[in-house]
Amino acid sequence: MDWSPVWISLATSVTATLIVMVLGLAAAAWRERHNGPAMALVDGLFLLPLVLPPTVVGFFLLLLFGRNGPLGKLLLRFGQTVVFSWPATVIAAAVVSFPLMYLTARAALEQVDPHFLQAARTLGASEWRVFREVALPLAWPGVLAGTILSFARALGEFGATLMLAGNIPGKTATIPIAIYFAVEADDVQHALAWCGVDMAISLSLLAALYYWTHARGPARWVRR
Amino acid sequence: MALEVQIAKELPDFTLDVRFRAESGAPLSILGPSGAGKTMLLRCIAGLERPDRGRIVLDDRVLFDSERRVRVPARSRRLGLLFQHYALFPHRTALQNIAFGVRYLSRADRGKRITDVVRRTHVAGLEQRYPRELSGGEQQRVALARALAIEPGALLLDEPLSALDAHLRSQIEAQLQETFAEYRRPTLLVTHNIEEAYRLCDQLLVLSCGRIAACGPKEEIFQRPPSLEVARLTGCKNFSKVKAISADTVGATDWRCQLRVVHPLDRAAYVGIRAHHIDFEEAAIPGASAENTFPCWLVRSSETPFRTTLFLKLQEPPAGDSPEFHLQAEVFKEKWERFRDRPMPWHVRLSPALLFLMPY
Repeated sequence: MDWSPVWISLATSVTATLIVMVLGLAAAAWRERHNGPAMALVDGLFLLPLVLPPTVVGFFLLLLFGRNGPLGKLLLRFGQTVVFSWPATVIAAAVVSFPLMYLTARAALEQVDPHFLQAARTLGASEWRVFREVALPLAWPGVLAGTILSFARALGEFGATLMLAGNIPGKTATIPIAIYFAVEADDVQHALAWCGVDMAISLSLLAALYYWTHARGPARWVRR
Repeated sequence: MALEVQIAKELPDFTLDVRFRAESGAPLSILGPSGAGKTMLLRCIAGLERPDRGRIVLDDRVLFDSERRVRVPARSRRLGLLFQHYALFPHRTALQNIAFGVRYLSRADRGKRITDVVRRTHVAGLEQRYPRELSGGEQQRVALARALAIEPGALLLDEPLSALDAHLRSQIEAQLQETFAEYRRPTLLVTHNIEEAYRLCDQLLVLSCGRIAACGPKEEIFQRPPSLEVARLTGCKNFSKVKAISADTVGATDWRCQLRVVHPLDRAAYVGIRAHHIDFEEAAIPGASAENTFPCWLVRSSETPFRTTLFLKLQEPPAGDSPEFHLQAEVFKEKWERFRDRPMPWHVRLSPALLFLMPY
């Protein structure tokens, strides 16, 4: 039994989720402070990977990171190629899961009562401190939900990953890709095993999500 | 040591346009109905809202000056703002809330400052609790401690008692008075409660639709309101249009009587008297010729636990079931019990010293 797709999938999803968590939160926090007609365009751009078919996203990424693409050319100067390498699976997973993190984090930050932020400001806190010590802890359950959703989306990513990273066993073949090719090759046993692993991971994630948003969350702020 | 405020800001319904000065050691109440711009005014001073133009100066520090393009951000103003619902950070204990603003101090100074403020605001014993484990009064004290911990240059309180139960208010009020006495820096207290404003502060600023309707020592404003509007906003219930008759006599047209007054006013348009200032002649006066004393009939009465409000018609008995009345008088229950069964007409006395005249 070849377990490599499981490790590749986990490594890819964890890395992509960490990146998306930072970028999504930063984008959401930045967007909170800026309003205007141009922001509709920004929102559209941020949410595009959610509505486009993953193959379209993958194709755009291929154009961007390919040998003749702007980013591809830049990386080539440093002797790096992204296409068909493990980082490509991370990039694909990060891009498609970013909108989920961005949307959830923004909703969570918007829900924080602005009086708390204003109180922090009148007490002399810098904007960074207001965000880190007041806004973020209060929005934490939502941010966590966004993180778990992003992780789940990254774990299930197929289309864009196949376009950008291909199917290189032991290198870029994640669980969904391995399942697809196993089914094509009539290897039902492997396909079922990977499906089982995928379900186990997803179910534990949902359980964790429930635990964190219901059992913990604001209820923590009571002394036990 | 004073806070000087002169700002204007367009709001959806009116323009907030005020100019006043709050001295150290003389707490200033900002009194006005809901939606008069009181909270907005505090927020402008605290730096949470931006006035369209004007100047805000605390001592020699310019906090805002539209002409010189000075706009000190809220975090650098060091003003203690107490929010109406306190805005205590729910994820921090009382102590962590209080300590939030004193990060800039050294560890030793921080401890000293917190111990001091905890003692002054009577929050000892609550330090390890989270806000949701505190009662309304306790939350208020913790919020006050948090605001005072930064040793603010001025204290701004937004309806500090409105979220509290009635039985807690007097206790918290006493603590606020104690805090004001110790603090001795410019203090602004926003409220819509007339009695609270009067009890807690020496100076009064009456705000109406963004304008200052009156500003000065509270006794003066209550005894001689400068306008009908201020009289109403400070709780006066009885008014009548007047016509001048002689140097010290006016004709009160709505009350259908002539009144002697001691503070004549050239352009007087109205005369007023507060409900609890109306006096009843308990002894029946034959002929009713005494000064400013008139026969009256009871239209209806309304009781509160300790006082009774009487709605009175002057000069003639009420016609049938007509609810029309001229004066609202407030008397203690004991007095009311004494003369409620007496035959009407009763006789009210509108003491010249308690009557006040107002321009329109």
